Amino acid sequence: MHAKSLLGYVIALACCCIWPAWGGLNIQHWITSQGARVVFVENHDLPMLDVSVDFPAGSARDRVGKAGLAGMTRHMMQLGAGVFSEKEVAERLADVGAQLSSRGDSDRAGFVLRTLSAESARTQALLTLREILAAPRFSEDVLEREKARAIAGLQDAATRPEYLGGRAFALALYADHPYGLPESGEPEDLASLHRADLLAFYRQHYRATAMSLAVMGDISRTQAEQLAEQLASGLPTGEAPEAIRAVPDTAMGSERVIPHPASQSHVFIGLPGLTRDDPDYFPLYVGNYVLGGGGFDSRLMEAVRQKKGLAYSVYSYFSPMQARGAFQIGLQTRRESTDDAVATTRAVLKQFLEAGPSEAELTQAKNNIVGGFPMRLDSNKKILEYLAVIGFYRLPPDWLDTYTARVEAISRTEIVRAFRARVRPTALHTVIVGGQLAAESGQVPR
Amino acid sequence: MNTPLKRFLVLAQTVLICIAAPVWAETQEKTLDNGLRVAVKVDRRAPVVVSQVWYRAGSMDESYGSTGVAHVLEHMMFKGTAQVPSGEFSKRIAAAGGRENAFTSRDHTAYFQTLQKDRLNLALQLEADRMRNLLLSPEEFAREIEVVKEERRLRTEDSAQARLYEGLMAVAHASSPYRHPVIGWMDDLQHMTVDDARAWYERWYAPNNAMLVVAGDVEPEQVFALAQQHFGHIAPRRLPPRKPQNEVEPSGARRITVKAPAKLPLLALAWPVPRLQMPTQDWEPYALEILAGVLDGHASARLNQTLVRDRRLATEVSVGYDAVSRGPGLFVVDASPAEGQSLAVLEAALKAEIARIAREGVAVAELSRAKAQVVAAQVYQQDSLFYQAMLMGEWSTAGLDYRDRPLRLAKLQAVSSEQVSAVARKYFVDDRLTVAQLDPQPLAATPETFKRGFAGARHAR
Repeated sequence: MHAKSLLGYVIALACCCIWPAWGGLNIQHWITSQGARVVFVENHDLPMLDVSVDFPAGSARDRVGKAGLAGMTRHMMQLGAGVFSEKEVAERLADVGAQLSSRGDSDRAGFVLRTLSAESARTQALLTLREILAAPRFSEDVLEREKARAIAGLQDAATRPEYLGGRAFALALYADHPYGLPESGEPEDLASLHRADLLAFYRQHYRATAMSLAVMGDISRTQAEQLAEQLASGLPTGEAPEAIRAVPDTAMGSERVIPHPASQSHVFIGLPGLTRDDPDYFPLYVGNYVLGGGGFDSRLMEAVRQKKGLAYSVYSYFSPMQARGAFQIGLQTRRESTDDAVATTRAVLKQFLEAGPSEAELTQAKNNIVGGFPMRLDSNKKILEYLAVIGFYRLPPDWLDTYTARVEAISRTEIVRAFRARVRPTALHTVIVGGQLAAESGQVPR
Repeated sequence: MNTPLKRFLVLAQTVLICIAAPVWAETQEKTLDNGLRVAVKVDRRAPVVVSQVWYRAGSMDESYGSTGVAHVLEHMMFKGTAQVPSGEFSKRIAAAGGRENAFTSRDHTAYFQTLQKDRLNLALQLEADRMRNLLLSPEEFAREIEVVKEERRLRTEDSAQARLYEGLMAVAHASSPYRHPVIGWMDDLQHMTVDDARAWYERWYAPNNAMLVVAGDVEPEQVFALAQQHFGHIAPRRLPPRKPQNEVEPSGARRITVKAPAKLPLLALAWPVPRLQMPTQDWEPYALEILAGVLDGHASARLNQTLVRDRRLATEVSVGYDAVSRGPGLFVVDASPAEGQSLAVLEAALKAEIARIAREGVAVAELSRAKAQVVAAQVYQQDSLFYQAMLMGEWSTAGLDYRDRPLRLAKLQAVSSEQVSAVARKYFVDDRLTVAQLDPQPLAATPETFKRGFAGARHAR
């Protein structure tokens, strides 16, 4: 498409996009002839289209000795596919102003495409994505280069306290469960990867039956159906991979201190938390707002930052995953105050586990979550992310519609019960990178 | 939620505005008698409103000895007035379902809230209150300055990349206050007092040095009325004169080495370049934006394609140029060398790529590809209400008229290959260059400690 006609489009759209339309999302969903799940919201406010495709191909599908295979497979898919070289893939997208990125975590691996919805741009962008999904080249030459880049990046990351702490924390929580494997891999594992590894991983995990598609924006239902059929065609066939195995309960927590010359200690405290379909999702989510999820509304922020000035950032969160994702408390503080910050944090948690939130705090939490709900869905990009989660985790289609009512229904008693059941103090793992400086030692940071 | 009649009325109004002038016609602006500018952008895609108050006071307005005070004051703005005690600002916005925060840059300090559309009143009431009535208690200051030091440790002291960038800015600028980090030098933070914060507040926090930007599903007339109601009574202040503090023209290359714990070396090259001053007449800033796009606008852009993918000299490369700023423009290229490659080879290769453009210009396909990114970005950015308000604030505090933004798109479209090579020839010469390099230092090996079970036991006490 010529840039000039695009400019005309921009001017035209500014006059047409201001349609006063709101009242919940009309989420449509169906399954393609190949077995891929589709979640779609039609919206013509802006002349653009957002698409995400996800597969159960995250790092939990890696195995020991091949950590990073999932991430490298996903990354390499974009670097040459079908008839298009690496350079041609990038140029075809850039020529129409399309933006493609890949993303992955323990559960998911996928791609997010944003394109103008004008037919020529859209067609070119989607055909390129289809090649990436159906015919990745995994060229040996490109792989060698990307391995070297990834290894260099990891070696650099391994000098940073937040990376070292995050790795140690995952290992403490998950030991030999696949959630303990790092998404970005290990240098020696990456070095051992070959084209055949990537190809095998791709064939086993990037199957149409396992694919979920989210589509948001300026196309019709018919066009969305065609798009989904097209993207799901040509993918490897076969059954979707098995579910990730459950995270076992660990009876006993641990504490690990990793020395580091940084001026601040990085502190991680937590344990395996909850699953995506967990019945305790809402009491834990609402309760955590009061504990450490609600920013300046939270007890951790009040105690550690506002009252004592010990940290810039202190928080807690649950990451709901297919198996139990992490419950994590995090903070960074100057090394001299490490013990104070950790003790303060533990005292806040202990008190919260004993008595839960007050009625006033619970009301405040609900007011924020319910009152802020429209802001979670105020852009195509944000809506796409919700659609992707709904599709990938097979959440009920009315998940968003019932969300605020379920938040409203939570009581203090439920929060206390859920927290006590899930956050057992004896099972908490603590990782500290840096660590308290002994005042008498005369040691100074750096 | 919306009655059919209301929809029709809104639509009718919209159509009328569109006929008058395209694109930014849905913005309206008014200046209150006390000098407060109020700009409104109507966007009815969601029942949401973004409110931002911009003060034309950033770190470039600070002086030696009190660097970082703009940002410290930003923190103190949440620490209470007579009517709204410390922490209450955030509590009240949160209770209304809102998200809020603030940011400080070299050029400005801005405060924002995102709320459901019918709750704008709360945001304006609270912002007006703290524009004039901040308490600035010494006790609150004593705690908050510690938080700011922690922020500096987190973002800068312990980040090799941030320290390299801080060093680069300090050396690339000789006379401009852009040489100071926004968060301030640690030594200045150690010696800052509540009186420094108060002096800053009294100097710059005034309606005639501020702009309210509201974007979302709102009626402009109602926003103007609310702004008048809450801010109208605040008296203007006499603002101190602003000196241009222009950067001196460099007279030779400058180099800095930063040693910090890291594994990968990093190289940053910076050249002073013009900023956008007259959007209707300038052409060089637009040519520089296109140059940035040709070098690094997408995965197959020149630097990534040539230096990372083809020649494998670098593992990462990126380009930064912001045409909209109050202070001097800077064009920055940074890159990490691939294993076994020297910084000298990488530096020469980066310069050679720019020299090639200076000599040969850029191919038609390359040029139109760079422009396609710009055109698409113009559409994509409309997906974010916050970003739209942000652009209006940034342009305004930089002394530009955000209503010229459509013109920018046309100007970028019109940039020729000759213009791109002309700016490459004119500005990217060695005597104007600053080079910063990160010399990575190994971490000292110290044994670690591991205890199974102890943490839980201690915690239970």
